[in-house]
Amino acid sequence: MTASVPLVALVGNPNAGKSALFNALTGARQKIANYPGVTVERKSGRAALPDGRPVELIDLPGAYSLQPDSLDESVTRDVVLGQFEGQRRPDALVIVVDAGNLDNHLRFALELIGLGLPTVIALNMIDLARRDGLELDADRLQSELGVPVVPTVAVRKHGLDPLLETLGAQLAAPESARSVNPPLARGAITQRAHAIARTAIVSETAGRQWTRRLDSVLLHPLAGIIILLTLLFVMFQAVYAWSEAPIGWIEAGFAMLTEAVNANLPDGLLRSLIADGIIAGVGAVLVFLPQILILFLFILLLESTGYMTRAAFVMDRMMAAVGLSGHSFIPLLSSFACAVPGIMATRTIMDAKERLATILIAPLMTCSARLPVYTLIIGAFIPAQSVGPGIGLQGLVLFCLYIAGIIGAMLAAAVIQRFVTHSRGSSFLIEMPRYQMPRAHDIALGLWQRTVVFLQRAGTIIFASTVILWALLSFPKAPADSGVGQVEYSIAGRIADGIEVVVRPIGFNHDIAIALIPAMAAREVAVSALATAYAIDGDEEAQAQGLGMQLAGKWSLATALAFLAWFVFAPQCISTIAVTRRETGGWKWPGFMVGYLFGLAYIAAGITYWTARSFGL
Amino acid sequence: MTLDQLPFDMPARISAINWDAIDATEGHRLRSLGFDSGIMIEVLHKGILLWHDPLAVRIGRMTVALRRKVAAAVSCELDY
Repeated sequence: MTASVPLVALVGNPNAGKSALFNALTGARQKIANYPGVTVERKSGRAALPDGRPVELIDLPGAYSLQPDSLDESVTRDVVLGQFEGQRRPDALVIVVDAGNLDNHLRFALELIGLGLPTVIALNMIDLARRDGLELDADRLQSELGVPVVPTVAVRKHGLDPLLETLGAQLAAPESARSVNPPLARGAITQRAHAIARTAIVSETAGRQWTRRLDSVLLHPLAGIIILLTLLFVMFQAVYAWSEAPIGWIEAGFAMLTEAVNANLPDGLLRSLIADGIIAGVGAVLVFLPQILILFLFILLLESTGYMTRAAFVMDRMMAAVGLSGHSFIPLLSSFACAVPGIMATRTIMDAKERLATILIAPLMTCSARLPVYTLIIGAFIPAQSVGPGIGLQGLVLFCLYIAGIIGAMLAAAVIQRFVTHSRGSSFLIEMPRYQMPRAHDIALGLWQRTVVFLQRAGTIIFASTVILWALLSFPKAPADSGVGQVEYSIAGRIADGIEVVVRPIGFNHDIAIALIPAMAAREVAVSALATAYAIDGDEEAQAQGLGMQLAGKWSLATALAFLAWFVFAPQCISTIAVTRRETGGWKWPGFMVGYLFGLAYIAAGITYWTARSFGL
Repeated sequence: MTLDQLPFDMPARISAINWDAIDATEGHRLRSLGFDSGIMIEVLHKGILLWHDPLAVRIGRMTVALRRKVAAAVSCELDY
């Protein structure tokens, strides 16, 4: 054995409960990174063996076999075979199999056992198997497979100590003590898996088939689609309704901070940098953390209960109409929170053309970064009046913006699949896991990880672009007697002069041209950019009115609507462009994406502006 | 009878799969999910509205969703 900490890989089929076992073994001590060169998530963490020795655990992507048919699966194969550049080969494997699905999971397990690494089988979700009327004999399974088998219930933390103990013994055992099975041919593996599963099953009674009963409602030809649409409606309602209070707290916190800075620092550059630059900019973005977390809460719940694949089932036929499939539905739904995890979730799409098309349209889903922009403009320009029972005009406009994004995405998908990827039709083939109660701990961990990622973004990209913009707006100083405003006179003002020439025909003014520069980093920066610009230029009285009121006084309604239409399409997000480059392996597709989306944004804003103008707005 | 014609709640045995009618990646995934001659299969649910597509089938102890087009390549016979 090497002197370094032994590396143990958790490996198994999708839906075997691998991630729950990983969470249970490592607690919150996890590191999430990417495998070098690909965006497949690499989760690692430490656990301690009963004798106190540490082991390093990695959670490999779920796979069906060592012959990969997706990017995720090839990572798993390369790592267990020791062929992954920059990742050392695991010293031992914990193969996670679903006790209720031995026929299928033993096939991959047999392949893995054949590799001859020290191995322990975690016979997971044994409680669910019992609930379904299945009685298993772990000892018999162990003697058939030739490797130790430990029953576990990861979500209840049952069986973890015996698992770690057996793992320790396996790591310590000399190589000669391990049985090496000759590799079996593919057909032979299937038959052997079935034979072993039959031996291990002691008794089988028809249990209560919860999953099937739920499915007959949730997959019902009519009820299924109504339930899904209702769920999505509730989800987007909750994003607004539940976030109101926490947003108020964050806003109040930043207002207090600004006051404290203004009271304690002398008027000057430093105070301007902190109050106008950093607090105005970063604060304008941080207030959206509650909405983003609520959206992610729903998505995590849908995933962990097993409903997400049902949603894919319900949506498949409609997605097929534009050349996609139910597989694309999951990444696209995630893209409503953020296109970056959405694009990463396309890894599970088998068809390469469908995957590419899904990546290219993902930025059209209205992500949470657009909310700051939408909320600001709608609040400033759309009157808060009712257009029907329970339907407000502001909410209706917001709904229309979401729909515009979806329709744009569907049309783009149809055109891309037909003329760009030349797809011959999508495919849909997916395992639907049993329903499960989500575990509060796993959900909380997921939300915490999202919060960290968001705060890192706010602390780096958004912070940096805010400070740079502040500097560009503050220098050079306009002479006091020139009669020219500071923003107009600054470097940013002069760059914006150039942009303004291009965007003037679609109704954009100088302020917008300034905001568009830093918004290239992230859309929500447009809001902080406007806030910073007006904070630097504005008089005290105007500032007290808040950003929305200031905009309402300076922009026409036609300009505001054109600005909204622009953000439905514009690909203004460095992270999305970067992740597209990584996922597609070059600049060709991100280049295509940026080009067609800016084109659409320009056309949409132009049409909106001139239509609004012709109605005299 | 092919899988797309199989009525609900009638367990059947896969007699043959026309691999040539299926795209290579789809075929591979189908095998990975346990589709093979001699395996028992049952149709549980059919897709939304009037399309009745995709299908949800039980294979082994697993539920798998697949499109009619692929199901049409799976021949099965009732097992009595």
